[in-house]
Amino acid sequence: MTMATAETMHNNDHDHEEHHGNFWTNYIFCQDHKIIAKQFLISGIFWAVIGGGLSVIFRLQLGFPEMDLSWLKPILGEWIDPAGKLDPEFYLALVTMHGTIMVFFVLTAGLSGTFSNFLIPLQIGARDMASGFMNMLSYWFFFVSSVLMFISLFIETGPASGGWVIYPPLSALPQAMSGSGLGMTLWLVAMVFFIVSSLLGSVNYIATIINMRTKGMSFAKMPLTIWAFFLTAVIGILSFPVLFAAALLLVFDRSFGTSFYLSEIYIGGEALPNMGGSPILFQHLFWFLGHPEVYIVLLPALGITSEIISTNSRKPIFGYRAMIGSMLGIAVLSFVVWAHHMFVTGMNPFLGSVFMLLTLIIAVPSAVKVFNYLTTLWRGNLVFTPAMLFSIGLVSFFISGGITGLFLGNSAIDIQLHDTYFVVAHFHLVMGAASFFGMVAGVYHWFPKMFGRMMNAKLGYIHFWFTFIGVYLVFFPMHYIGIAGFPRRYYSFTNFDTFNSFTDLNMFVSVAAILTFTAQFIFLFNFFYSMFKGRKAPANPWRSNALEWTTPVNPGHGNWPGEIPTVYRWPYDYSKPGAKEDFIPQTVPFSETPESNLPHENDLIAQEKSQEDAIVVDESKH
Amino acid sequence: MFQIVIGIGVVLVLLILFMMFRIGTLLNVAKGSDKKIATGSNKVNAGLFLVLLIGGFGWMFWYSIVYFDDYTLPVASEHGVVTDHLFWVTMAITGFVFVVTHILLFVFPVKYYYKEDRKAMFFPENHKLELIWTVVPAIVLAGLVFTGLQAWNDITSEAPADSEVIEVFGQQFAWVPRYSGADDKLGDFDYRKISLDNKLGVDFTDEEALDDFIPREIHLPKGKPVLFKIRARDVLHSVYAPHFRLKMDAVPGMPTQFHFVPTKTTAEMREETGNPEFNYELACAEVCGRGHFAMRLLIIVDTPEEYEKWKSEHKTLLAQSEELMNLVPAELKELAKIKAGVEETVVEEIPVMEEESSDNEEAQASL
Repeated sequence: MTMATAETMHNNDHDHEEHHGNFWTNYIFCQDHKIIAKQFLISGIFWAVIGGGLSVIFRLQLGFPEMDLSWLKPILGEWIDPAGKLDPEFYLALVTMHGTIMVFFVLTAGLSGTFSNFLIPLQIGARDMASGFMNMLSYWFFFVSSVLMFISLFIETGPASGGWVIYPPLSALPQAMSGSGLGMTLWLVAMVFFIVSSLLGSVNYIATIINMRTKGMSFAKMPLTIWAFFLTAVIGILSFPVLFAAALLLVFDRSFGTSFYLSEIYIGGEALPNMGGSPILFQHLFWFLGHPEVYIVLLPALGITSEIISTNSRKPIFGYRAMIGSMLGIAVLSFVVWAHHMFVTGMNPFLGSVFMLLTLIIAVPSAVKVFNYLTTLWRGNLVFTPAMLFSIGLVSFFISGGITGLFLGNSAIDIQLHDTYFVVAHFHLVMGAASFFGMVAGVYHWFPKMFGRMMNAKLGYIHFWFTFIGVYLVFFPMHYIGIAGFPRRYYSFTNFDTFNSFTDLNMFVSVAAILTFTAQFIFLFNFFYSMFKGRKAPANPWRSNALEWTTPVNPGHGNWPGEIPTVYRWPYDYSKPGAKEDFIPQTVPFSETPESNLPHENDLIAQEKSQEDAIVVDESKH
Repeated sequence: MFQIVIGIGVVLVLLILFMMFRIGTLLNVAKGSDKKIATGSNKVNAGLFLVLLIGGFGWMFWYSIVYFDDYTLPVASEHGVVTDHLFWVTMAITGFVFVVTHILLFVFPVKYYYKEDRKAMFFPENHKLELIWTVVPAIVLAGLVFTGLQAWNDITSEAPADSEVIEVFGQQFAWVPRYSGADDKLGDFDYRKISLDNKLGVDFTDEEALDDFIPREIHLPKGKPVLFKIRARDVLHSVYAPHFRLKMDAVPGMPTQFHFVPTKTTAEMREETGNPEFNYELACAEVCGRGHFAMRLLIIVDTPEEYEKWKSEHKTLLAQSEELMNLVPAELKELAKIKAGVEETVVEEIPVMEEESSDNEEAQASL
């Protein structure tokens, strides 16, 4: 079998030797997909701590509006006024940067960047990405973007503060708020670098998946993770350039006096000369990325959990083809629903009707996914690894956050709910928490492959229960606050009689948020401690079928020491009737498992034979 | 000193936690449970899902029922009744799905947690099942889309011809309403005419503008269609009147509108809510800068008689400000004096506009 091929390592002319290059080429400007994945992961964790930290500060303001925040002066300086109150404009900066960081730097780069890079070559059986150099560039463009965005947090006029959607004219006019000055410029430049990074990554993922699959790894035998990464990359390539265009036009409006988004504005005591532009144009361009972006962060998480739930249920994923079909459906539909973010912007109401129809259609493939997850659990033999727990948590959030989408996608109901806390609760559950759980589940599941050691399971359980319950305690009450009509991005609610209630519930949410944030340090400890001191991982700790577990515990450059194993079956042959073990790895040919083969699989045995002959030739060409 | 003690305390607690963690890890190795596929924790985790299911649903139903009046806003417009109805129908359907799927999701762990002597069922697909749960959601969603579309089309249809037209103007950080005066026609505007005196940029060369007036709060007639004509001075704002289930962005350079029928006077609402200080309010729902959270405007719903009386008694813009009168071209001056109801005597009242601007300054200073 494949494991035996490890012996042939030294006969191979591939550069498998571990000790070449120096620290810089091995760990910093490295072209190995596994190192790049870890770079993305560590950067993502760094940003998650920052992004979460920002949310704690504004939750303090919302939950305890009377609180004296002078103790934050060492960090926030002038943004805390002499009376110990948070500056209202900086409050907006906090929510803006929290959103930007979480959506782009944590859930896009941290999730896709980490797992697409790490898993694509390992799960399809490739030595590395199609272009290692482009892959390295992708990380370093992201790094430059990160540095710029990080710097913007510390400038005197404050970071961008017009909301993560940066709607002009607010974001275009420094007269409108101080964050629209240098902070906004840095935001735009950082995002341009980010888009370049994302595109370089996506091109690579697609090229790798299409061209570099190992023998036998047909599209119909790919793990759902790879399908998810593939579709995510396609969505990214089609949508990020539109954000680039939107940002570019905004740069023109801000710096070169054009009027793409500006028209008939009187501000700062003067009437601006701009005429004929439309702020709505920006919103169309932004959400043409912005909505697919939701699926860019969600699909990888769904792919990861499909793999984890199947493995730990010891059961094939139910409806493999339906899962692919629904992901395809979601990917296509994600491009034709963007204007449901804009029902009450003054857009033509007829457009509203069309987008409402399309939006509610997207609920069908989502529902199919949920039912398929549930059926996969049904009559399984469930092993609750931390990864499995987080995957079940994801399904729960996907349901809770998904069904509130039916309210918001309905334009008539959306009139009242738009830009209230109901929306905040909705997208934090379905996009934020669900994707975050997918990411954490992925880390727990593939940590042994990344670092050759196991994470501590007990700490994982504690981390899960604190986080799962914590997230619900934070976001479930927000639905009530939203139904009561509370608008989002409000510094305080005391100015309105209508919103001058729920101080207790807001306090509760804030406490829950702080506890949930604190619980993440359990994970951080577990992550870094296990990296160096964790138990040594066995070759296949979860007894999984997927290809990555056929590599050595610490895969070197090129991943497989000998030839790349051939794939004979789909990755979900768990608990197959007749088989001795409850899993049959993808690399086991049907000819070796006559006891468990289904009738049509026996017919494939002859085909396998011819495949094996071809391999030797293919590998020598490398 | 105190802080140092706390610091030492925190460090000690962390150390203790770390020791416990180490001991636990060593015990696991000693027992060999780290080599097992599923340890006792597996059952504990399964059980916790059940606990969460019961506790979570218990809490959710308790809160939803007991605090119903706290988190639902009374509705005061005709279309609001329709959208509220849609909201609760959707809530019933999704609530059912939410409960059922979560019972399955959290009970399966308890029923099917790992046992060494059992094998999971090999059940890769079933086309009938898949067809059912594709088609059923599709049909339910079609129903929701259909009812939603009807409501949406009604709400966004052409406003009735006899609507009371009121301009709502958003600026950093206040709402300014403008009424058409006796001729029932709002005068033209031009953003280039905006100045300290003429805050809305009203075009006084337009005859219809001569009797327009700007009150300090919005008055609405109960039971009559009202059309808000919405525009913005500087950045995006969003007209948001929660009790009327009304929201529409104010966009610089692109006038928007929203029409509705108020169904309850302020007095009636005070009675209904049992709150003698109840007031309708207008808020901003689109982030617009530093004072976004303070853009409050009072709305008062009168009976039609009260409304007409209030409207006819309100002083016009031109009658309140001589500066504005100077903007009227010479050939319209006479007409302006008639339409605006200006006596030949000197206007003695303090112009409302100035009061407002000082109000805004105060509001801004307090931010």
